[in-house]
Amino acid sequence: MNKCLLCEEETNRILSWHQFFLLEDPPVICEKCRQSFEKIKGEGCRTCSRPLAALDSSFIIEGVCLDCVRWEEDPLYRGALVENRSLYVYNDAMKEVIARFKYRGDYVLAKLFAKDIRETAKQMTYDLVVAVPLSEERLYERRFNQAEALAEEAGLEITPVLERIHSEKQSKKSRVERLQAPQVFKIKEKSSFCHKKILILDDIYTTGSTLRQAAYLLKQAGAAEVSALTLARGQGT
Amino acid sequence: MHPSHSSSSIAAFLSGRLLLQEEIPFPLPDSPNTERLPGISKKKQTFYCERCGNDQQDRFAVFPCARCKTMCPYCRHCLMMGRVSGCTQLVHWTGPEPPHEGNGTLQWSGQLSEGQSAASRAVVQAVRHNSEQLIWAVCGAGKTEVLFRGIESALLAGKRVCIATPRTDVVLELAPRLQKVFPGTTVTALYGGSPDRHRYSPLVVSTTHQLFRFYQAFDVTIVDEVDAFPYSYDTSLQFAVQKARKPESALIYLTATPNETWQKECRQGNRPFVKIPARFHRQPLPVPLLSWCGNWRKATQKGRLPANVKDWTMKRLQENKQALLFFPHIDSMQKALLLFQQLDPLITSVHAEDPQRKEKVALMRTRQLPLLLSTTILERGVTFPNIDVAVIGAEDDVFTESALVQIAGRAGRSADFPDGEVRFFHYGKTKAIVKAVSHIEQMNREGIERGWLDR
Ligand SMILES: [Zn+2]
Ligand SMILES: [Zn+2]
Ligand SMILES: [Zn+2]
Ligand SMILES: [Zn+2]
Repeated sequence: MNKCLLCEEETNRILSWHQFFLLEDPPVICEKCRQSFEKIKGEGCRTCSRPLAALDSSFIIEGVCLDCVRWEEDPLYRGALVENRSLYVYNDAMKEVIARFKYRGDYVLAKLFAKDIRETAKQMTYDLVVAVPLSEERLYERRFNQAEALAEEAGLEITPVLERIHSEKQSKKSRVERLQAPQVFKIKEKSSFCHKKILILDDIYTTGSTLRQAAYLLKQAGAAEVSALTLARGQGT
Repeated sequence: MHPSHSSSSIAAFLSGRLLLQEEIPFPLPDSPNTERLPGISKKKQTFYCERCGNDQQDRFAVFPCARCKTMCPYCRHCLMMGRVSGCTQLVHWTGPEPPHEGNGTLQWSGQLSEGQSAASRAVVQAVRHNSEQLIWAVCGAGKTEVLFRGIESALLAGKRVCIATPRTDVVLELAPRLQKVFPGTTVTALYGGSPDRHRYSPLVVSTTHQLFRFYQAFDVTIVDEVDAFPYSYDTSLQFAVQKARKPESALIYLTATPNETWQKECRQGNRPFVKIPARFHRQPLPVPLLSWCGNWRKATQKGRLPANVKDWTMKRLQENKQALLFFPHIDSMQKALLLFQQLDPLITSVHAEDPQRKEKVALMRTRQLPLLLSTTILERGVTFPNIDVAVIGAEDDVFTESALVQIAGRAGRSADFPDGEVRFFHYGKTKAIVKAVSHIEQMNREGIERGWLDR
């Protein structure tokens, strides 16, 4: 008997033959809860995978959303991040699950998305995976890093090359304020990623500024290319 | 409010509680009177949560913990109250209790009915002897007043009292009522996020959930609506009650509808109980009438109400009599709502997640709504003075004996309007329906036998 990690209902009342022969693990989430999440489908921004259908056409330029166009106009961040792939829309169900996972600390929920993350990562080209780090203070408080947990459960090995030197408490600032903010990250160790392609993992892509700051720094330090994989795509500001 | 760190205010804050370090809003001094217990203990290779008593292994998980650098276990059962993990410590006060300030004298000039008086005496006895007592009182018996003398005798003896109830609404209604009759005592109201959570008081009104944060705190614990969801479902809430009370203390249960096991224990003499079979206003409980209404789900899907349901509704609308109509589920209720609104556009519905729930209940109270459709959330607590009550689909599993008795108990509550029709529209009589009706008839019989009813 397997129970849904979210609602405690049984998940596998009907065993598929895959499960029967133990070729596949029984699901960790029931169908009803699974359906409350919305996969990002259809045409998305070529850079950040924001669904284009929801955007006014004046905010789309040749398949790229205006936010990303603006980033590419910025001399500092141009080309820093080649691509972000997000798996799910940041809807109410996703907000709730991320809050329970990250703030309440329900670590096992990382299992819900392990398969999706593993399969998407397979389609991307990279040499090593980096999780967006937490500051020491925040890590002590939460006791685990949500990006690392997602990677761990998806079976992706993390290379710890980044360190957070600035606290997370600035996440409510506007885009411009954040661009002017001092560096958030620091490189811990350069040698491991020189001329390599890096995949950064995080839970949510909102404005993209955290990821771009990390990407900028990694490229400065010699990375060949940086892309990102995020669980959910927020609306941005 | 930030308590200063004098040792008396620390005692006032911590006394009787069992808290996570994170829940204490000041740095904890090294005091011989503070004890730290492990949040999770291991008994024979299995995990056990010291806060909620969870011992189901599939309700635990482990994670690589950055604080203790181990694969740290945590309890998923009480996670929403703040995570308890292997390296979490629960803080507990072992020093003396803070002295009670104020005066616990009851200031109430009301009169108890005969039934209430008997129950009131039983409560006082239980308080004096630290014993257990069940008060089995029909809806509208006036159970709160039954507690007054017992609470007074506890407070005057310097004891600490807690009334635990499943719902926040009831906490919010009960606390000011008690404060009014015990003006010399501080009454605190505890629920998720309540402003009183850092205050000490000898008289606490709390949601059952908040009891997880207490440990051997109360000399008298009164558990309201023992049969109500979620208490009767959730064994960990029963654990919370046991944990929050002192080992030597009184335990009083209140309910209109004890579950089958308890009813049996009462009949066999294995559970001390006092019954109040009559309402405060000395009029009998309205006995539900049963009407078969066919496949009402299918009918509403096809865009029509069963004929007898429609007639019943039209009659209320014409006579300008307010009514509550209960449905088993939101979906079927919302479908039917459209059909009811064709009869009167002012008819509306309410359910647990309805953001306008409070406003709608208020409109009903001021007679601005003719009819209100509801799921079982209005089955308890809420009273309107002069209404009729119907259940549509009374055969559904959600309508247990206890739910149906509670629903029937909404009618005829005020002394001015002691009558009120209760009708169960059903698509096949269930055991629960039959039991609910005989439960109510039995109460009326006992009321007459004891001479507590006027007719
Ligand atoms: Zn589920
Ligand atoms: Zn974009
Ligand atoms: Zn627990
Ligand atoms: Zn730990």
